[in-house]
Amino acid sequence: MRPKFVAGRELGTAVLLVLVMIAAGLKEPRYLQPSSLESILLWIPLLLIVGVGQMTVIVTRGIDVSVGSMVGLSAMAVGLLLRSKPGLNLGVDVLAGVSTGLLFGAINGVLVAFAGIPPIIVTLGTLSAYRGLIFVISHSEQIDANFIPAALTKWSSDGPITIGGVVLPWILVIALAVAAGAAWSVKFSRTGRDIFAYGSNPEAARLRGIPVKRIQFLVYALTGALCGLAGVLYASRFGFVNPSTAGQGLELIVIAAVVIGGTNIVGGSGTVLGVLLGCCVLGAINVALAVLGIDETWQQLVYGAVILTAVLVDAVVRKTGKGTAK
Amino acid sequence: MKKLLARREIVPAVLILLALLVGGVTQGHKFLDLHYLLDSTSLYVEGGLLAIGMTLIIISGQIDLSVASNLALVACVSAKLTEAHYSPAIAILAGLALGTGLGWLNGVLVARLQLPSFMVTLAGLAGYRGIAQAMMGSKSAKVPDKLVGIDMAYVPHTPIPLPLAVLIVVAVVTGLILHRTVAGRWIYAVGTNAKASLYSAVPVARVTTGVFIVTGFMAGLAGLIINSRLGVARYDDAPGLELDVITAVVLGGTSIAGGKGSILGTMLALLLVALIRIQMGLANVTAEYQLLVIGVLLVLAVLATNITERLVAKRAMHNSR
Repeated sequence: MRPKFVAGRELGTAVLLVLVMIAAGLKEPRYLQPSSLESILLWIPLLLIVGVGQMTVIVTRGIDVSVGSMVGLSAMAVGLLLRSKPGLNLGVDVLAGVSTGLLFGAINGVLVAFAGIPPIIVTLGTLSAYRGLIFVISHSEQIDANFIPAALTKWSSDGPITIGGVVLPWILVIALAVAAGAAWSVKFSRTGRDIFAYGSNPEAARLRGIPVKRIQFLVYALTGALCGLAGVLYASRFGFVNPSTAGQGLELIVIAAVVIGGTNIVGGSGTVLGVLLGCCVLGAINVALAVLGIDETWQQLVYGAVILTAVLVDAVVRKTGKGTAK
Repeated sequence: MKKLLARREIVPAVLILLALLVGGVTQGHKFLDLHYLLDSTSLYVEGGLLAIGMTLIIISGQIDLSVASNLALVACVSAKLTEAHYSPAIAILAGLALGTGLGWLNGVLVARLQLPSFMVTLAGLAGYRGIAQAMMGSKSAKVPDKLVGIDMAYVPHTPIPLPLAVLIVVAVVTGLILHRTVAGRWIYAVGTNAKASLYSAVPVARVTTGVFIVTGFMAGLAGLIINSRLGVARYDDAPGLELDVITAVVLGGTSIAGGKGSILGTMLALLLVALIRIQMGLANVTAEYQLLVIGVLLVLAVLATNITERLVAKRAMHNSR
């Protein structure tokens, strides 16, 4: 029996991460310098926070393609608040962002769990509806950099720890804390286990008395709240909020990160550690493309290829029967 | 009368009348000008072709999110070919073959490897457009003059633009296949209960692959038409069109759970979406607000069908007692 922590899929993702970094580092030594490593680290927090939520959704056999719009919407809500009430405590702004996300995630949740509409249809609809809403609440105007307080942008530039010239930014610390909390709750809390039980076999879970509708609602609402937090971090990291670009296309990157981290796309299994590794891989690939001077037009192709590869690996694993449900 | 009201197409049909009425009142004669309306249809033909394929896919219980990306890739590749001095005939054939091939790829992954279609085609959505983007960058490829202007051509002696005629022919042919042939019934059977179909000797995998292939072909055709209409091909052609397409199909009464739906319903709903978009355009509603409306419309459409279905089922149970 192998120890649990080297369970196949995460190991594969970790190996992939090392390979990407070695390959890019050999081709362009600048890649392994602190500045590039820092940009990789800055890539991870948003992806990780949203990815943890997306993972729970995919575990329940669903999908949420509206995450990018929810991040944008929450970032915009925070931006508007910062503009209209500049002196407010940052904690209030964070709360506003998270509540915005929670509200719109809950709408997704109600439509999926209680109205019985397939997740892809609900979130495809809200992907565009929420994006439209961003333009409505912002009157199509950008929140400029001068409205984002330095106290917030510092979260991305400063951090508690510096290792070898690489700053571990606060937003990463926040994301890791969220991920650690999530990792604990999906493994050890009753609700966490119910999510996996539901994903492994919805009918059996229902018969065992698990409140399946509440579980389904919960994962979408939770993902919304996490998108809300990510929206706050978005404002911190980029220092401005543009209605059309904030969170635009994030859903693809997040889904790519989640599936490359070994989350089973047909539901029932997935780990937070896998998601973290998946986020690292995508961050590493993205910064590698930039450092190697490969046009950023290739990024979309990379996401598509990554999702497809992960999907194919899943299929192969399932066919050979080596995949074990966790 | 009762039978007519029970038909799934009735909802979009009523809404179309409503949209026409609202448009007529608020926009006046311009909106009700037949030539203006007919000419406006050209903008929606590409979406219409995709919607016909999507109807088959959703009836069979699957979904295809990659249609617009497939269209864009076909448009770019065929324009690039003519730029590289291949003959237009080759560019057209290659475009159709590429679209069909990508549809086949989706179909094989879904049907043979048993992968969820939303995930496979999400990869396609990113991947196909990604290839187009990697190939084109921010530049556009010019379509040769000979192939430009299909929307300026009309069916002889009528005010019907050529793209609309193409759409109608494709819709009628697909409708006949869907509603009048064994293959068509198989699509419904697979969508209603794939396992039961398999046990009834329906070639489930072939049917599933088939509907994706048809949709891929439609995307190819639509890619060529958009080239001819715009005169240039860009990687970001038809952005987000999959949303309009799925909205139209669902609005037309096709059940998202599979097994139910019709080409007529899709076509009526497409007309409705087009009318709404034309009206919003005339009323200077910006693209972003239109996005909001279409997104809400999609969710409401599914919600409405779900609720009516529950009511109908309840009544049926009540009557049978």
